[in-house]
Formats: sequence, structure tokens, C-alpha cells
Amino acid sequence: MLTIAQDAYDAIVAHARRDHPDEACGIVAGPEGSDRPERVVEMVNAAGSPTFYEFDSTELLALYKQLWANDEEPVVVYHSHTATEAYPSVTDVGLASEPGAHYVLVSTREHGNNEGPVEFRSYRIVDGEVTEEEVTVVPALPPRTTE
Amino acid sequence: MAIEVRIPTILRTYTDGEKAVDGDGGTLRALIDDLEGNHPGIKDRLVEDKDGGLALRRFVNVYVNDEDVRFIGGLDAELSDGDQVVVLPAVAGGAPSHRPA
Repeated sequence: MLTIAQDAYDAIVAHARRDHPDEACGIVAGPEGSDRPERVVEMVNAAGSPTFYEFDSTELLALYKQLWANDEEPVVVYHSHTATEAYPSVTDVGLASEPGAHYVLVSTREHGNNEGPVEFRSYRIVDGEVTEEEVTVVPALPPRTTE
Repeated sequence: MAIEVRIPTILRTYTDGEKAVDGDGGTLRALIDDLEGNHPGIKDRLVEDKDGGLALRRFVNVYVNDEDVRFIGGLDAELSDGDQVVVLPAVAGGAPSHRPA
């Protein structure tokens, strides 16, 4: 199950709406091993395409160096589909490289840049196998447990 | 000669879970061969046959001291002692032309 705070959910949806009809992409970072999606990081879609997304390679390195420095990992990897449903494509599955991440798909096909409900779904993608999981949106994540 | 190579999560099955390993080689091509010697199977995840030669896989990024190797010679990029190499799979995907069955 993916548990995500309302503000992070809203930020992902807003990014997807803003970039429509191109695919939007980004991550939500959190402390390593915590499964807490805390910090939304919007990425530029270097492909700038309605049917493909790719993080720019230089930005990708900068992102991971920042994550490593903070002992963080990508808890969520998100992108949008702008004309099709929020379900991982064959390409999405083939290229999924974070077996520990929640892969969030948002579809803006219904309302595009405008307000209105969007599909927001989450999956695990491990060794080419897709498993959909429940998404629970909470007002705020519970406080971090102290170690 | 030691070159530190940062290994992404998805390839740590080849490095007993290690996040970084040491290798050596005067070029990226030689470094990958050296890694393959100690971590069999990893080479095939990094390179593929293309036009009769080897090439980096399209969706694998390799950086030498923060430079994407695609801009500094690809597999022929030169390495020296103390260089830092980072391997990162591309984060990419795309919409289906139709829903997979």
C-alpha cells in the first residue's frame, strides 16, 4: 500500500495537469528504508513528449547525489499518461529500475490542464511483474519514529 | 590503480549488495571488463552488441567524475586512478499505443 500526504498528492496532480499534454515526471524522496514519501521533486521530461518521459541525464545524477547525501531514496517514482489510462505500459515495465519504489501513474486524459478528477494509481514493478496497490491519502504523514 | 564505481540498487545483486565497488582500467571499456571478472553478469546489463561492436545500453547512464560518458567518448572514455564512476539506470517510460493484454 502507498500512504501519501495530501500535499504531496496534490503536488503530483498539479504537475501532471500543468505539463499536459506532455508527460510529467518526478519522484517523491524519503529517508532510506522508511517508505515515507516526504519530498516531491519535479523533474524535467527531457523527452518533452506526450507519449514518453525520461529524466535528463545530468539532472538524474544531480538528483541521486542529493539523495545519497541526505540518506534518502526515491520512495515514489511518478509520471503521467495524457491520453491513456493510469496503467504501466510495456515500456514502463521494461525500464522500471527501482524495485523498492512505488510507481505512481496519473492520467490526465479526462480533463487535461483543467480541474477535475484524475486517475491516481500506484504499482510495484519488480522483475517485469506489475502489482497494483491501494493508495491511501492522509492529511499528513504520522510523525517520524525516533531511533 | 583503483576506481570507485557506484552501483545502482537494481545491479547490486551482482555485487553482493555493495553500493560501491573498486575496479580498474584505463578506459570505461576496460573497467567494465574488470568488473565482469569480479561480478559476473554485470557487463551484459551495461553494454550490448550494436553495429558489430559494443555500445552502452540506451537506458543506462554512466558518469565519470560527474560527466555523462556519452559526451566524453563513451566506452573509450579515459579513466585514471582515483576517478569516480557512477552507474545510474535511466528513469524513463512512456504511454502505450494500446493497453497491453
